[in-house]
Amino acid sequence: MTSTIEGPIPLVDYLRLGDDPHLVANECKSCGARYFERRNACPACESTEFSVVRVPTEGVLKTFTIVNVAAPGVSVPFVAGVIDCDGTRVRANLVNVEPSPGLVSVGLPVRLTTVSIGVDELGVEAIGFGFEPTAALQAPLPQAERDESGS
Amino acid sequence: MSESAFIVGIGMTKFGKHPSLDTEDLGVEAVLGALADADMRMSDVEILTAGNIMGGVGIGQRLQKQLGQRGIPVFNVENACATGATALRTLILAIKAGEADVGLAIGVEKLAGVGLLSRGGVHPSESHPSWSPSGRQGAVTDVDGLIGTESMPGTFAQVGIEYLAQHGYTGDPLELFARISVKNHKHSTLNPLAAYTKELTLEQVMGDLMIAYPNTRSMCSANCDGAAALLVVSSTTFRSLSLRQRSRAVKVTASVLTSDAWQDGCQALWDVNCLTRAAARQAYEAAGIGPEDLDMVELHDCFATAELVHYDNLELCEPGGAVDFFNSGAPWRDGKTPVNVSGGLESKGHPISATGLANIWEICHHLRGEAGDRQVAGARVGLAHVLGLGSSCGVHILEKTSVA
Repeated sequence: MTSTIEGPIPLVDYLRLGDDPHLVANECKSCGARYFERRNACPACESTEFSVVRVPTEGVLKTFTIVNVAAPGVSVPFVAGVIDCDGTRVRANLVNVEPSPGLVSVGLPVRLTTVSIGVDELGVEAIGFGFEPTAALQAPLPQAERDESGS
Repeated sequence: MSESAFIVGIGMTKFGKHPSLDTEDLGVEAVLGALADADMRMSDVEILTAGNIMGGVGIGQRLQKQLGQRGIPVFNVENACATGATALRTLILAIKAGEADVGLAIGVEKLAGVGLLSRGGVHPSESHPSWSPSGRQGAVTDVDGLIGTESMPGTFAQVGIEYLAQHGYTGDPLELFARISVKNHKHSTLNPLAAYTKELTLEQVMGDLMIAYPNTRSMCSANCDGAAALLVVSSTTFRSLSLRQRSRAVKVTASVLTSDAWQDGCQALWDVNCLTRAAARQAYEAAGIGPEDLDMVELHDCFATAELVHYDNLELCEPGGAVDFFNSGAPWRDGKTPVNVSGGLESKGHPISATGLANIWEICHHLRGEAGDRQVAGARVGLAHVLGLGSSCGVHILEKTSVA
């Protein structure tokens, strides 16, 4: 009996891994509405024809919250938000940013990145996604300046 | 056919912790209160609509077994936080269709100590024998906290932050929303049936445990136990009542229920705005009034962030003007359009299925002139609003009856 260790598995099937990680959506062939989950029919126009389209990996933060208390098993704190990726609204976590109201604001340019979710008992890694600030938010102050301003 | 529907009896338990009472006990207390208030008995009731989410199947029939079983039709309804309003809406459909002349709507919930409501999925921190995609997104584990948040405080926090960003607010969101919460907690000090009746300072609200920025714990609705019931009659029955019964009756001039029509982006964040705007528009049209005619509003402040956006959704202010409306003092009890003089969900409490009837109970007291210390002077018209995620929105407009 041989066990085959597969490659990483995406957290959700609309995350495509590989050299160029990106999200895909089911786009209604009739009205263009996009869905990240399987839909029987388009709730906007009732059409039943969809095609899979790539979603841009860069976008702008439209709203957010910083979750400090969550359901059991959910790691806190984290920044949750909605990103507008050139017209497609994506629900995601904001990652690689300190979860502080002073450092996160609506309008922040962000880009898709991947994060490890964990490894199952067969050794397979699950990979999720988040969005990170496109530009460094705040360059760390040089040590000397930090000391001077530290009151 | 009945032209109108009239509320002639109201009953409500104290909201809060009732460890010694079960779901039926709470419901019975509210129903008996409504029957006594209307000077009627269960044998007068021709239809029962009942809302409950957490207590198991068949709440209406279970209540009848403690109150009186006479074989009348029972409609058990569920629409998340709009369940109570849905029970009343269902009852009014039957009354206006002429199928019944006397009916009872009841909403009851045991929610004290439940904590943060969640779906209870398997999270990645727990052991996974092997990742296995399932569901319509092919997810290999529960995605709450990995792909945004499914928590209610976090969802409504985003609704409030989005509104402020859309309208160019430059102040501190935490401070603004905390001031809304201060108002509701101040109002609750005059409501003996509220779960919490403690006045809180701005510093106390801002400094309370942060649940989901900018909502601190005291800006969140309080899970608690409670029940509310309304006895409703047709125009025909109303005319047959005594002068005293008629003079205390409240006319329902609009009863509206909407669901969430598709909106671009609604899969990323629940839409709570469009369905509320639609319900409000339909209600004003049905009642033949405008928001400027309202003497008081009880709206669904499940979180302080929600109260702000609903000022705008219910057209209590100019489009985009919710912050100015609040800052003007209008929604305080002595303001131009008092909002949540009961203390709102943040302090009165939020026993889910009772909430959409309790806000009507509150308005009825004011229209009758029986609200005691918290009476809104001269109140003649009020609006009650609830919103359940998923989504449903109930709006009722109530008017004082004029009896010669």
